[in-house]
Amino acid sequence: MSDLHTPELEQLRLSNVHAFYGESHILHGIDMKVHRGELVTLLGRNGSGRSTILKSIMGMVGRRTGSIMINGKETATLPAFRIPRLGAGYCPEERGIFASLDVEENLLLPPTVRSGGMNLDEIYEMFPNLYERRRSQGTRLSGGEQQMLAMARILRTGANLLLLDEITEGLAPVIVQKLAEVLVKLKEKNLTIILVEQNFCFAAPLADRHYLIEHGRIIEEISAAELPGQMELLHRQLGV
Amino acid sequence: MNLALFDIPAAVLLGQLMLGLINGAFYALLSLGLAIIFGLLKVINFAHGAQYMLGAFLALLLFRHFGIDYWTALLLVPILVGLFGCALERFLLRPVAGESHLYSLLLTFGLALIIQGTFTNLYGSSGNAYPIPAALRGALSLGFMHLPTYRAWVIVAALTVCLAAWLIIEKTRLGAYLRAGTENPQLMQAFGINIPFLVTVTYGFGVALAAFAGVLAAPLYSVSPGMGANLLIVVFAVVVIGGMGSIVGAVITGLAMGLIEGLTKVFYPQAATTVIFLVMVLVLLVKPNGLFGKEA
Ligand SMILES: Nc1ncnc2c1ncn2[C@@H]1O[C@H](COP(=O)(O)OP(=O)(O)O)[C@@H](O)[C@H]1O
Ligand SMILES: [Mg+2]
Repeated sequence: MSDLHTPELEQLRLSNVHAFYGESHILHGIDMKVHRGELVTLLGRNGSGRSTILKSIMGMVGRRTGSIMINGKETATLPAFRIPRLGAGYCPEERGIFASLDVEENLLLPPTVRSGGMNLDEIYEMFPNLYERRRSQGTRLSGGEQQMLAMARILRTGANLLLLDEITEGLAPVIVQKLAEVLVKLKEKNLTIILVEQNFCFAAPLADRHYLIEHGRIIEEISAAELPGQMELLHRQLGV
Repeated sequence: MNLALFDIPAAVLLGQLMLGLINGAFYALLSLGLAIIFGLLKVINFAHGAQYMLGAFLALLLFRHFGIDYWTALLLVPILVGLFGCALERFLLRPVAGESHLYSLLLTFGLALIIQGTFTNLYGSSGNAYPIPAALRGALSLGFMHLPTYRAWVIVAALTVCLAAWLIIEKTRLGAYLRAGTENPQLMQAFGINIPFLVTVTYGFGVALAAFAGVLAAPLYSVSPGMGANLLIVVFAVVVIGGMGSIVGAVITGLAMGLIEGLTKVFYPQAATTVIFLVMVLVLLVKPNGLFGKEA
């Protein structure tokens, strides 16, 4: 990939995206642009529509309109199972570990979508716990281990656009620390990351940019440099 | 050897157990297909009995009109009927996939009636004999009984296919897709798995298993349009006892229910046709999700 280090390469662009679950209209015209290697967060209160933005990108909502481009390709008309092949890897809020598969089967489940993913040895080096428990049933793992597994699963596939939904939710501080280290390593690999987070202290030092979401709309875009000046707004919106 | 148990000669007992095992082999094959289909599609396939009959009839017709022998039919018929199943899924079941389960249930029930009715119209409702292949004529002496070679073959073939299906599901990549797709198809799509295609293939595979059972049954029972309908009622009871969607449960329960039926024939023949339903009621009272079903 010759364009790998082009800093301004557009990895993801949403234009006027509306999303619906049945009759409920959840997203109201989302516009956002994420460059290769950037880490952006989606901040907002519970129910503001952050998970729905990630699901819209993955084609997992009932209906969506507008345009979603991944790596320069329009996904609006693609069936959901084609979207990961453009390089998107999704880590759902509920983690989605399969109970009928053991840890290693869970790890090996998602097919490779492009070259350059981590191999099993590298994954086990990054997450030694998973190696020790590779024969355990997936859902027998602790919450932290399940989260590691859900992350590791998409690192193997070579996805270069990672959509991570509330990965620190309910985890002990040591594990949150471990996840922060992992994200730093992934940034060094120039992966693009969209992070939905409640834990602002976790997200703030890692992020290049923040989108503030309310009622299915983006109400503010804040770069890392602007963050100190916007703490007042964030405090009001999120209580941080 | 005449070890009397309740004054029943051991030979009679073992003979009935053997017959029970043969019935059980059919229950296992059919409930396995139903369980695989239910697991991924959440469809109760009421056409399963008709698809079994279709297997037997197709073998008969291929033999009559084209001289295609048993062994070829054993391979060819499941493929043809399986492809027919794929088409049924793609063009009839898929359009109602988002609707209430009642739609697919009534759809497959209607299909069963149409298929069975068509064959009754064309060939009448009486039975047709299918010759036992030359290599499997005669009987094996087991000491306590003479077991017709064909029946021994049925047990071996059915168990082999069940074992192979289990290995595919538990040990292969495709099987992992099937298991994971059964749990969370939407997430599987988010990983890039073509779930609509997997659903079509899985339905076709379940139907092919039914057709395979049909070909196996052709030389044993007379081939008639109603042969599947009668069997399916019992097989549904087996699936309920084993637990909807449990692969291993379907096979073990199928064999066990065949054996229980055989035993009942020895000790209390009047109850032989109802004993499985009795077991079903008991199991539903004690474990509503079935012996091998997951707790809800
Ligand atoms: N499957 C669904 N069906 C209907 N409404 C949903 C569904 N999922 C989420 N919603 C609604 O969409 C809104 C946004 O939810 P979500 O994107 O999960 O918010 P967040 O992730 O920011 O907490 C909420 O009002 C929620 O109730
Ligand atoms: Mg959420």
